[in-house]
Amino acid sequence: MTTGYEEATEGKVYSVTGADWDEVVTGVRDSEEERLVVNMGPQHPSTHGVLRLVLTLDGETVTEARGVIGYLHTGIEKNMEYRTWTQGTTFVTRMDYLSPIFNETAYCLGVEKLLGIEDRVPDRAQAIRVMMMELNRISSHLVAMGTFGMELGATTPFLFGYRDREMVMDLFEYITGLRMNHAYVRPGGVSVDLPAGAVDKVGEFLKEMPKRIKDIRKLLDENPVYVRRTKDVAYLDLTGCMALGITGPILRASGLPWDLRKSQPYCGYETYEFDVATERGCDVYSRYLVRMKEMEESLKIVEQALDRIAGPLKGEPVMIEDKKIGWPAQLALGPDGFGNSPDHIAHIMGSSMEALIHHFKLVTEGFRVPAGQAYASIESPKGELGAHVVSDGGTRPYRVHFREPSFCNLQGFPAMAEGGQVADVIAAVASIDPVMGGVDR
Amino acid sequence: MTSPDNLPEVPNPEVPEVAETPAPAEPPVARRGMFGAHDSGDTSGYGGLVVRRAPQLSTPRPYGGYFDEIVDTLALDDAIERVVVDRGELTLHVKRERLVEVCTRLRDEPALRFELSLGVTGVHYPHQQGEELHAVIHLCSITHNRRVRVETSCPDSDPHIPSTVSVYPGHDWHEREAYDFFGIVFDGHPGLTRIMMPDDWDGHPQRKDYPLGGIPVEYRGATIPSPDHRRSYS
Repeated sequence: MTTGYEEATEGKVYSVTGADWDEVVTGVRDSEEERLVVNMGPQHPSTHGVLRLVLTLDGETVTEARGVIGYLHTGIEKNMEYRTWTQGTTFVTRMDYLSPIFNETAYCLGVEKLLGIEDRVPDRAQAIRVMMMELNRISSHLVAMGTFGMELGATTPFLFGYRDREMVMDLFEYITGLRMNHAYVRPGGVSVDLPAGAVDKVGEFLKEMPKRIKDIRKLLDENPVYVRRTKDVAYLDLTGCMALGITGPILRASGLPWDLRKSQPYCGYETYEFDVATERGCDVYSRYLVRMKEMEESLKIVEQALDRIAGPLKGEPVMIEDKKIGWPAQLALGPDGFGNSPDHIAHIMGSSMEALIHHFKLVTEGFRVPAGQAYASIESPKGELGAHVVSDGGTRPYRVHFREPSFCNLQGFPAMAEGGQVADVIAAVASIDPVMGGVDR
Repeated sequence: MTSPDNLPEVPNPEVPEVAETPAPAEPPVARRGMFGAHDSGDTSGYGGLVVRRAPQLSTPRPYGGYFDEIVDTLALDDAIERVVVDRGELTLHVKRERLVEVCTRLRDEPALRFELSLGVTGVHYPHQQGEELHAVIHLCSITHNRRVRVETSCPDSDPHIPSTVSVYPGHDWHEREAYDFFGIVFDGHPGLTRIMMPDDWDGHPQRKDYPLGGIPVEYRGATIPSPDHRRSYS
């Protein structure tokens, strides 16, 4: 409920906190002022978490838009300086919680670059990373598309998106033991090999998923309401994207086929066949199309990676052979969850004192990383995810900074929303697909 | 060591005496231990850990690959303090007063064309006297598919670095973040305010002299000391 107005230097300021607008309407009726400042968030359901938007409105037109962030800042970068290099994966996986595998991979590639072991990471580990990343890209885009539909008033895409994402979540749970926050990718490889039956499960997923993507396309591609809400809305062309440092589907929707998987390949992406999805519309609808196309391309990559994992790379190691770094290669799934494999326990507890000491040192103290700095970047579902990793030669990171695509892309939201309708602000934010856990870290 | 028949060993006169060469001086110790518990005995078992200070790098020419071409085309050798090529990455350490000039040239020169900036971030090196605070900019050229890192520094006593928002508008939030976390003041920034921490926050949390979890928490009238006053992390 409103409590009247107060006189401020810029005129009468009405604070509306309830649903009763009568007082404001009568108060503003005789005023010359046409400007209305509206706070959207930080708890508004359509702002993707705790994002606050300050909109200055002239009627229905947004004349000024500002994003306010920081509500979900958890000090991940600071915390990492107090834990070992391996423990860092546990932190970074929680940043952008919709694409945990990407966070882990970017961080691990940075650490591997500092260690100088990029060439010694086993091929099977790289293939598993690629497969997991592409599965993750599908699940992230499904959430983006699902919430997208919901925010524009269509609940069916939302239900479809979340239902289909659940299939990826099930795969992740089967392979890593967790639905989210996996800490699966580790410096030197991945924490554990695929469990028995994982290849079959991913195979089933590959059979089912194209149908599901087609279902969402049927709902949205030609949907007149959806098209009118998204076509030519939140326009941002290539010049704008470049100036604001915007990458990912938004950049590709403005016609530039810039995809780090193609232009600066990592994890062996140069050996996979896939196309980079581009559109020329520079609008919300084009960004939607790019994401849909990317999901279909991701399925191709998953298929190729799966063929290698089940074929030529079968039985290969998934963690670097170097015993000074490779931890914990001996994880296994027991009746009480994940833990060191019984063989490894028998070895360190029963037969080798040196192995026990080594295990203890590596787990508690961690490995040392030569001093220096490195920057590793990958193409995450939201854009370029970069990890700037600095070491002073110790067993803990000296500084880790993440170039989060959500953070950079969200900065471009005023450029998309200003001058448009207030209802299109929702579409603009949804098309950026920001995840506040990644923005605020 | 004794000979097989247990006779005292006779030094072999044929081996010439070699004067002992002094071992190269080891770099100074950066820190010891793991968690910085200094007031009690070493109960953690980490007391023996020693991290030595890494020497400051400066790579001589040739830099290799396309790096020479970048530095030559830039042709601002007087603005560059040192060039470091490490782990396949080129870092240009730039004088802070020339930063905007270097960035503009990196962006506009057709043979360079670093049109995409991946943002500014800070690193705090308290031991580097006179250049404690570093601002690091990662640039990417889509035209030539190249990367470069531009690094500039300022002393703790005068934490000012010129803003590059005029060159790369996307630096707006990045510089605010670096200011928020490190206290680097970017002169000329359109609105340098905190971005992650609350507006009335004291201190800059990512600095090395800022403790982890440094503030006491108040809950229902009781004050719980901050973690580093309950336990010690360095």
